[in-house]
Amino acid sequence: MRFVLPFVLTFAAAVATSAASGDPAGVPFAGAQSPPTLSAFGFFDGSAARPSSRLIPYELRTPLFSDYAAKQRFIYMPAGTHISADADGKLIFPVGTALIKSFGYPAQSGGLNVIETRILLHQAQGWVALPYVWRANGEDADLRVGGTRVPVTFAHGGNDVSVNYSVPNKNQCKQCHSAAGNIMPIGPVWQNMEFLRPADAQAIIKGAPSLTKLPPYPKWNDKRTGSLDDRARQYLKVNCGHCHAANGSASNSGLFLDGSANGAAALGIGKRPVAAGRASGDLDFIIAPGQPDQSILIKRMESTDPGIAMPELGRSTVHKEGVELLREWIAAMPSRTH
Amino acid sequence: MRMRELLFVGAAFCALIQPALAKTIAVSPGEGAQERLQEALIAAEPGDVVELSAGRFSLSDGLSLDVNNVTVKGQGGLETILDFSGQQGAGEGLLVTSDDVVLRDFAVENSKGDGIKSKGADRIVYHKLRVEWTGGPLATNGAYGIYPVESKDVLIDSVFVRGASDAGIYVGQSRNIIVRHSTAVENVAGIEIENSFNADVHDNIATHNTGGVLVFDLPNLPQMGGHNVRIFDNIIVNNITPNFAPKGNIVANVPTGTGVMVMANRRVEIFDNVIGENGTTNIMIVGYLFPFQDTKYDPLPREVSIWDNQHSRAGWDPKFRGGAEIAAAMGGSFPAIFWDGAGGSEYMPIIQDDVAALSLGLKDVTADTATAQPAPLVRATSRPAGLPAIVLPDAMEAVVR
Repeated sequence: MRFVLPFVLTFAAAVATSAASGDPAGVPFAGAQSPPTLSAFGFFDGSAARPSSRLIPYELRTPLFSDYAAKQRFIYMPAGTHISADADGKLIFPVGTALIKSFGYPAQSGGLNVIETRILLHQAQGWVALPYVWRANGEDADLRVGGTRVPVTFAHGGNDVSVNYSVPNKNQCKQCHSAAGNIMPIGPVWQNMEFLRPADAQAIIKGAPSLTKLPPYPKWNDKRTGSLDDRARQYLKVNCGHCHAANGSASNSGLFLDGSANGAAALGIGKRPVAAGRASGDLDFIIAPGQPDQSILIKRMESTDPGIAMPELGRSTVHKEGVELLREWIAAMPSRTH
Repeated sequence: MRMRELLFVGAAFCALIQPALAKTIAVSPGEGAQERLQEALIAAEPGDVVELSAGRFSLSDGLSLDVNNVTVKGQGGLETILDFSGQQGAGEGLLVTSDDVVLRDFAVENSKGDGIKSKGADRIVYHKLRVEWTGGPLATNGAYGIYPVESKDVLIDSVFVRGASDAGIYVGQSRNIIVRHSTAVENVAGIEIENSFNADVHDNIATHNTGGVLVFDLPNLPQMGGHNVRIFDNIIVNNITPNFAPKGNIVANVPTGTGVMVMANRRVEIFDNVIGENGTTNIMIVGYLFPFQDTKYDPLPREVSIWDNQHSRAGWDPKFRGGAEIAAAMGGSFPAIFWDGAGGSEYMPIIQDDVAALSLGLKDVTADTATAQPAPLVRATSRPAGLPAIVLPDAMEAVVR
């Protein structure tokens, strides 16, 4: 009996901190152990379709492509805390914040069949990434630090598409959400965000008035929001720039798609591959201006072979519409005269 | 009674604090191997050993390790096999992004992209590993077998790599490197040191690759100016596997039948090797021949010293433009050592080997080799003081001792 005592005590502590009452204020942020179930946070009321009213929903003008999955994004902040922002519009969140993102596909019955919900948790010592996979009954989701694959079939462009949807493991979360080896949020940049409830946007502006001076980013698929060049660069920034940055996972490539490229080669124009291996195929340049068919960037976006495909994670289908945009962009570049 | 209670408390206390002590996490092949192994690599804490049982782990995705000071250990390169032939995602079989990691005694087979990559992983030790594409040299194989990049202090010791469609052992943009006691077979490049500073490549066997050992520097990269590389005591023979790299790769330009190739590096020493049976040439020293826009990049090799190598046959089938014509003019065989001649005499390599050596006399680095003005290179009577040996932290050496 005495053996059991310490375990009972830790168990009791866990129960005490996870006593979610619908108000997520009591989430167990401080613990070293990540909650094994999503319900411990209290963000959802027994279903991904019923988020707490304390969560701030938002969308992105140009989102990351993830096998055509629909995404639902939320911010949770502890009561009494505020968001600030840096000069580039990147939101700065207080400790205790959670960024919550659900991924799913339209259900036949209507609504969204949510597969997973990823949590980025801002703890005192930094951000932590946690992937939760929803149970078949949709009532709760379990932590899966090792990731998993879930076969999914969905309709796109009049066809049924089947993919082996990838839930990233905890390290893969970090591969993308990494800046100089630390986990960082990627999405919440003011110019790329849209809030579903005007009051949420107003509350953020109140804390960071300079944000109103920043013009919104283009929507990659809406010509009214930016030129072809603007939209293509925005697409690259969102889909590639988290790794292809001086501090990112693909820093060694010398290809910088996060908007920091200084000169044509760093953006891939006329740049020869370095460590692309067979992904370069028989092509010489990342971007061959005027020649999308001769551009490794297009070839890699059009591939689903893991040794070739870019991005490396989270994509097992081709984003046809995204490829079209970048083909158009490269075709419009003046060809080089040799 | 009192004593018993204390014992119980002590035992319970130990149970509670155990996670803070180094432990071994055992993982065996079989059902759910992907998630079990990946979860072990995530759950590991500094000091832990993730021990892989003997057998074949059938993996569906890339694996990754991001915890400092973890050892991943199998039961041997033939006994413990991470099989990626069913891989559906990720750019490599195993990715390491943390420091002080030891990888030893296991094999990686048939990954779709690179075999094992470590990025920003300082003081990494690769020991007694096998990375292999089991179908042999095929353009559909992954690029690099063992691939540390952007790292300081790298030890690669007693590994075997076969079939990489780029380089078997590739060290990129790193510093303080030792590659030794390893074997590279049927890769495009056997061993390649690229955009790196301070490397010793010794006591390796590079055979049946397209090119045996490459020392390259490329433009438009965060780290450029590769220098201080020593290649010694290696056996670099029979590198005559036809180049099977996809054309866009830089190594697609390596002529089939190359022993050692130095491109755009400073201070490279090649000595005490056995080099031979390489159809193009045994040692080649050239500049980076493509146009580039990068003011910080130097395309010319310089301060290359070559001495006391034991050469055997070379140059009977030179695989570059104009090579056959030069060979014919020289009596049917291309010399064992050549330099492109770009930059003029200031850049001339110091050669003390007792074999024919030639300058192609190219007027600049981009000139077509078909326009060569070949001239013999005179044997040097002296050479500068040698580079110091690379010394790695003792804890790294202790792993393989």
